[in-house]
Amino acid sequence: MTRSVRGGLVTTLTWVLVLVFFFPVFWMIINGFKPEAIASSIHPKVFFSPVTTGYQLAMDRGMKGYLINSITASVTATIIAVVLAIPAAYALSIRRVKNVESALSFFISTRFMPMAAVVLPLYIILKNLGLLDNIYMLAVVYGAVNLPVTVWMMRSFFLEVPFEIVEAARVDGAGLYREIVRIVLPLVLPGVAAAALISFIFSWNEYFLATLLTSNAARTTPPFLGSFVDGRGQFLAVLSAAATIAALPVILAGWVAQKQLVRGLSMGAIK
Amino acid sequence: MAVTELDTVVAQTATDKRRVKTTSKEVWTARWLLLPAVLFLILLTQIPFLTTVGYSTIRWNLLYPNDRGFTWFKNYGTALSSGDLWPSIVATVVITALAVVFSLLFGMIFALLLNRQFRGRAVARTLMITPFLIMPAASALIWKYSMFDTNIGILNWLSRTLHLPVISWSTEHPLLAVIIVLTWEFTPFMMLILLAGLQGQDTGILEAAQVDGAGPWRIFTWITLPHLRMYVEIGVLLGAVIIIQVFDPIAILTKGTGGTKTLAYLLYERAFIGLDVGQAAAYGVITVVLTIIVATIALRTLFKVFMAGGSR
Repeated sequence: MTRSVRGGLVTTLTWVLVLVFFFPVFWMIINGFKPEAIASSIHPKVFFSPVTTGYQLAMDRGMKGYLINSITASVTATIIAVVLAIPAAYALSIRRVKNVESALSFFISTRFMPMAAVVLPLYIILKNLGLLDNIYMLAVVYGAVNLPVTVWMMRSFFLEVPFEIVEAARVDGAGLYREIVRIVLPLVLPGVAAAALISFIFSWNEYFLATLLTSNAARTTPPFLGSFVDGRGQFLAVLSAAATIAALPVILAGWVAQKQLVRGLSMGAIK
Repeated sequence: MAVTELDTVVAQTATDKRRVKTTSKEVWTARWLLLPAVLFLILLTQIPFLTTVGYSTIRWNLLYPNDRGFTWFKNYGTALSSGDLWPSIVATVVITALAVVFSLLFGMIFALLLNRQFRGRAVARTLMITPFLIMPAASALIWKYSMFDTNIGILNWLSRTLHLPVISWSTEHPLLAVIIVLTWEFTPFMMLILLAGLQGQDTGILEAAQVDGAGPWRIFTWITLPHLRMYVEIGVLLGAVIIIQVFDPIAILTKGTGGTKTLAYLLYERAFIGLDVGQAAAYGVITVVLTIIVATIALRTLFKVFMAGGSR
């Protein structure tokens, strides 16, 4: 077998495997555009005339409200995490605290703490304060969950800032605020954006805390989707449509930021 | 030596020559900068965790709010003797271990395939990472209905077409169903990490090995695998710590039936359906202990495997 023939075979195999792997996503998108009777048919159909009834039905179930809650929670949580992480990452990279290592392990250990270990007191405290089912409170909790990853990731970007630049700014008499906001931040903007994106993705997809800490007014999209489990009758088209809408923002964000994704997932350990 | 991320960071810090002479004023500035983040985390994670430890030593069921009292370790005793804890630990460990191993395996295959130059590689990579990005609740639902279902599920359509028995995956093989969905979600995660490792390989060494007549398998086991060690470790550690907390696919696919009641789901049942705060808190503390053990074992095992491979 010649080299090019073998190469062609491997490429074909790659594509077959990738498409098989991607199939559930493809099927979800396709099913969302089917009339319910075709989507829930025992004989799967690939060709049909697309309709948007699934999407309309999803919206009729009040999906817009859940989406707005999801956006509010994710954006607020991301802002909290980023605003707190910038000075922290700065203190762990450029203007060093003494015990960088112990501070870093503190952050990582809170990231590894299972939600299950903290959810009970949070639930009871928030209940007593009347803050259950409050979207901003959920955002604050998400902010805390995202903060460690954000700090680690931003630090890895801050470390790449040439120290000469910071030094020059100091010699010119730049204050701390100017040093951070005017000099360093513009240089690490891609890093800040990537960290924000990871935080957004996590908050958008979070199910456990959302299920427990919200019930009605602050319900986000994941628990809303979860409620389809108890559905009766045929609902595959509306379910697929709702799942597609819910998944779309993060899919797009992830596709755009593919390069930064690895760095975020590994908390900045892999560049 | 095992290279954890922390070690990497420590090494970076040690070799970093940026350390300038610091005055005490600068040290305090740095502390003030760090303080808000640390306080925020203490308030929202450390204090609640200590409160959970506290709850786990009291008798407190929300159904009987007046019957509250300190019971030492009785909740742990009840947890150990209830017959729920052990199956739950087994479920958590089995689901985590198998999902991590399978996604690592598939992740490795896809990473090797996508590390080649071929037409449309960027598109293939983009399609591949999608399952990891999709909202996990959506993935679980899509698998439950459009893949696993006996009537409308594609897997059973395949079975019928091939004249094989029709299987209700999420009720007949709940454990397998959960593992399949998790593997599907985490394969891209492992693939991305391993792909980064493969692309960081020194091509000069690979070419030299080729010139010396080493075959692809030899190059893979002698050069590529040892090089990927750190990446595999990071993938396994992070994957394990995330999957050990898994809740969404269980709540949606199986509701904890058929050996899939993980600690997270058990705690949820005890606390939010059984309303037993003390008991649930005990499970919460046990989950933390298990997480620490699994993370440690994951690292040690990997370390051994790689040392054995490298010293041949």
